[in-house]
Amino acid sequence: MSERQLRLSGLEPFVLTDDIPFVNIGERTNVTGSARFRKLVKNRDYAAALEVARDQVENGAQIIDINMDEGLIDSKAAMVEFLNLLAAEPDIARVPIMIDSSKWEVIEAGLQCVQGKPVVNSISMKEGEDQFRQHARLCLAYGAAVVVMAFDEQGQADTAARKIQICERAYRILVDEVGFPPEDIIFDPNIFAVATGIDEHNNYGVDFIDAVRWIRANLPHAHVSGGVSNLSFSFRGNEPVREAMHAVFLYHAIQAGMDMGIVNAGQLAVYDQIDPDLRDACEDVVLNRSPDATEHLLEIAERYRGEGGAQRREKDLSWREWPIEKRLEHALVNGITEYIDADTEEARQAAQRPLHVIEGPLMAGMNVVGDLFGAGKMFLPQVVKSARVMKQAVAILLPYMEEEKRLNGGTERESAGKILMATVKGDVHDIGKNIVGVVLACNNYEVIDLGVMVPSQKILDVAREQNVDVIGLSGLITPSLDEMVHVAQEMEREGFHLPLLIGGATTSKIHTAVKIAPRYHRGAAVYVTDASRAVGVVSSLLSPAQQQNYVAGIRAEYSEVADRHERAEAAKSRLPLQAARDNALKLDWTGFAAPTPSFSGRRVIEDWDLAQIARYIDWTPFFQTWELKGVYPRILDDEKQGQAARSLFDDAQEMLARIIEGGWFRPRAVVGFWPANAVGDDIHLFTGEDRSEVLARFHTLRQQVTKRNGRPNVALSDFVAPEGHRDYLGAFVVTAGPEEQEISARYERANDDYGAIMVKALADRIAEAMAEMLHERVRRELWGYAPDEAHAPQDLIAEPYAGIRPAPGYPAQPDHTEKDTLFRLLDAEAATGVTLTESMAMWPGSSVSGLYIGHPEAYYFGVAKIEQDQARDYADRKGMSLAEVERWLAPVLNYQPKADAA
Amino acid sequence: MTALPPSPAFALLDRAAAERILILDGAMGTQIQNLDLDEVDYAGTGSGHACGHSSERPQKGNNDLLVLTQPEAVEDIHYRYAMAGADIVETNTFSSTTIAQADYGLEAAVHDLNVAGARVVRRALDRATAEDGRPRFVAGALGPTNRTASISPDVNDPGFRAVTFDDLRAAYLQQARGLIEGGADILLIETIFDTLNAKAAIFACLQAMEAHGQRMPLMISGTITDASGRTLSGQTPTAFWHSVRHARPWTVGLNCALGASAMRPHLAEMAGVADTLICAYPNAGLPNAFGQYDEGPQDTARQVADFAREGLVNVVGGCCGTTPDHIRAIADAVAEFSPRKVPDYV
Repeated sequence: MSERQLRLSGLEPFVLTDDIPFVNIGERTNVTGSARFRKLVKNRDYAAALEVARDQVENGAQIIDINMDEGLIDSKAAMVEFLNLLAAEPDIARVPIMIDSSKWEVIEAGLQCVQGKPVVNSISMKEGEDQFRQHARLCLAYGAAVVVMAFDEQGQADTAARKIQICERAYRILVDEVGFPPEDIIFDPNIFAVATGIDEHNNYGVDFIDAVRWIRANLPHAHVSGGVSNLSFSFRGNEPVREAMHAVFLYHAIQAGMDMGIVNAGQLAVYDQIDPDLRDACEDVVLNRSPDATEHLLEIAERYRGEGGAQRREKDLSWREWPIEKRLEHALVNGITEYIDADTEEARQAAQRPLHVIEGPLMAGMNVVGDLFGAGKMFLPQVVKSARVMKQAVAILLPYMEEEKRLNGGTERESAGKILMATVKGDVHDIGKNIVGVVLACNNYEVIDLGVMVPSQKILDVAREQNVDVIGLSGLITPSLDEMVHVAQEMEREGFHLPLLIGGATTSKIHTAVKIAPRYHRGAAVYVTDASRAVGVVSSLLSPAQQQNYVAGIRAEYSEVADRHERAEAAKSRLPLQAARDNALKLDWTGFAAPTPSFSGRRVIEDWDLAQIARYIDWTPFFQTWELKGVYPRILDDEKQGQAARSLFDDAQEMLARIIEGGWFRPRAVVGFWPANAVGDDIHLFTGEDRSEVLARFHTLRQQVTKRNGRPNVALSDFVAPEGHRDYLGAFVVTAGPEEQEISARYERANDDYGAIMVKALADRIAEAMAEMLHERVRRELWGYAPDEAHAPQDLIAEPYAGIRPAPGYPAQPDHTEKDTLFRLLDAEAATGVTLTESMAMWPGSSVSGLYIGHPEAYYFGVAKIEQDQARDYADRKGMSLAEVERWLAPVLNYQPKADAA
Repeated sequence: MTALPPSPAFALLDRAAAERILILDGAMGTQIQNLDLDEVDYAGTGSGHACGHSSERPQKGNNDLLVLTQPEAVEDIHYRYAMAGADIVETNTFSSTTIAQADYGLEAAVHDLNVAGARVVRRALDRATAEDGRPRFVAGALGPTNRTASISPDVNDPGFRAVTFDDLRAAYLQQARGLIEGGADILLIETIFDTLNAKAAIFACLQAMEAHGQRMPLMISGTITDASGRTLSGQTPTAFWHSVRHARPWTVGLNCALGASAMRPHLAEMAGVADTLICAYPNAGLPNAFGQYDEGPQDTARQVADFAREGLVNVVGGCCGTTPDHIRAIADAVAEFSPRKVPDYV
């Protein structure tokens, strides 16, 4: 908050800080920019129109532009109606709005509907200074930032001189006369079409860029924006050329200081990846570098028409003619391994020492990757591919370096810091950890990866021996949270001061703040949201200049988070167990009798067809694994991430095809059914249909939070019929197979982390798809309570069917130890090879287990926090000590257990 | 707006705020309840003064009307707050807009309510100043009204609005003009649960100042009523600040809600981002089952002093449930602390 920055808000704040190089404004809620949106608004289908807005926000738009200017639409009414509806959608309304219209009355009507700080797009001196002043004053009084078009009484500014003159005049009026905060001014100096064949248009690109540079240098705090698609108007229909022109133009305009824009990023080439011929030609046009630039571009444009930009880029080998440094950089940025061995060797021969190749061209290339990633121009899968190239190159050099070291005891490579990474004891999940490791390694950190199921003592011993700078812990299942607390306590006890990073799916800032940080006073415990944050966090922690402030900031934030959490929890009143039971879900069991399953006891399922399983894959979580956020298949067309997503998806499909073809995995499963009845909060399984002898008991936990509006306090047992009624319970374990480990290791040995992570990610998806597929078979055939069900595999993701398959350790039954019972009943280890670790994680990680409950009204829920009365009751029912139950249920206890209270 | 010269009170307030934490007064409603007034007292047909505006509706509970019908009693409450240490005393005009007075059928009285509301505070403060020589300031209070401009009251029709920005702006403009005419030194937009209402009030206040020819100190105070840490209309404290910053308020802050300790994190967030003075006036804790506030003066004062100790505040006072004793205790408790330093990025 040290300087004037553009500060906007929806429900949440947005600040245009220096580390945001370019704000991409979502344009799909613009009737002039999106035919689909125009149609929806025309048909008054506002529900679907809101979805368009939601999509944009979900996919990362920082500001959404809303424009209703269309001849057949009552723009003012549409603007008001849409903004009012939008205000009721918190997940959309959280971002600031750009109210976009050429009609002031539409803008003003919009301004009266938004509680946040919006941007008005736009005002200008088109109708003279007086009206400009009046509009600016109103914008100020309504509390909006403004886009000012370089437009005056004479018309739109075309030359740099005119743009500069108008912008300066507008700025002076706004700042000096109206008192407008300069940081709230965004100039739009008009992007016009170039290469139109009219000579006067040739310099439009240069005029814009020059104006941008001048504005940023001379009009303090003001910003510059523009609508980029105008530029390539004359190449309509030739997308590869348009993409290239936009990329080239933005590249130069952003360097000159353009910091916002309305851009269709999904249709934007990466500057460095454009075919050099085309890029040069575009650059000639945009920068007006030669008199025949237009002609030349028109000439070569035909070569690109109709070709997908990306494919063209891959096939083009002209980069092979470049100097060696550029070739290495190109290979790194584009993730091309094909030539890296030869290129590295060539570079080594040219260099004095092999180390110089790493420190020179390879690190330079990785810095480019790091910058592009940091600027949001590359996405995680691309970075991991770059790392693969890097590793392969280093592997070529390594023998020479060792040789050199042997000869003269040479120095080791200087790394930015040593990071120890481990998945904690009892947990086998490591995809996220591996990704973080790769990203850190790309940024010149030395990563020591201890793998999975690493006991705390080993972590600490290695940390000491190797003199590491940071320890990073990862875990996915809930017991890992406690193990992380344990590691933190041990670090405290043994006098460590190292920063401790916490990451993984179940970890959270709250958990780190409430449970881990307070137990590790000597050092800083820091929660890392995802791999893209890891480098920033680590570099702040290791930078002598930033370290102190950074750690102090984290500590303050965490103590705040912990306080807030405590208050929030205290405020949530919970019911005594008895009261919760009195408010149990009471299904009507009169006359109920569940269909009898086709068999009783367990059965191993072996006839798995990988190709068929693949049809059941839910791809959305796959993209999440790679930190691409969005819903499949929409994510493939996403403006920003679409290209990365498509490329990742292609690679995944390719590997999947190989997995299927080569039969890489041997999926296994076991499923069982038993007569069952609910007895209190437990579910009893019987040896036979006479239900006289109890075979096993599943214990369930009941919600204790105070419910409103007659909603029940549910436990899983509520969905199973009580004694006296015929009901059954099923159970299953599926696994993609242990082969995943070996295959992944093989990739790692080949220095291909991308492949290693990909195999694991696919194995996870295959296991989940098997669970979905088996569940379908259970409903239709094995239990057979829904024989006529017919859904397409991809429709199953939305769970349109009757019955649930809750898994121990997940929200509906947070106790992982119930897996023990489940595994015993199914003899799952013998049947599938899946084993349970001491933390009750399944090994291999790509395995899924759960219970089958068939009642049509059964649903998934979260038990959330429970009180000690239930923990005690549960311990009695389970025959466990209270302390043990409290250990396993630690993440859901609403109180501090005694042993923990110290 | 910027061209307007600052009002004389502006400089005085700035100077005082640079030296120490200033004190705002406490609750009006609970003080009025203690008076145990009846319908006839409210309407001014039994005790007190005739209102001069007629309405068919019962007036009991229309606290704002008392500035016309029971001005002596209201003045006395203001006077007691002044003597308890308040530098700034709020007018009893929380609901003196045509929108809020519609419930009582007294839309026509709104101008008089605001003028009289400001005058009665002025009288009380002049009396207090005559005794001890300390300058004091009248803050004209603009409440949120009972309607929301960015939330539909009808769950089945989320696009519907029971009040528009322009309705609110017009009502607030009338109120602000009345307050200024009655001698308000400050305009205070308070208990904001919907930022769009507040933006209409800001718009109106800026217009009123323009008409008055002076830039007056503006105080803006939101309220965060649930554990989510957001306003009723869904904004985070920082987003709220971004939405109102264009008013260049003299203070921004929080009031009412769940009491001081629940307010602290949100206040801290705001203090971290706002480049202006911070004002906080919490309730005396949470109301008990009978709607009464149990938190004693020392309790509230201790928590408010924590704000001061942490350097979060420039102006403090009390909202629902606080009394002159609370204000005295707060004034004593914060006296030893320096005011928050405003970060300067402007």
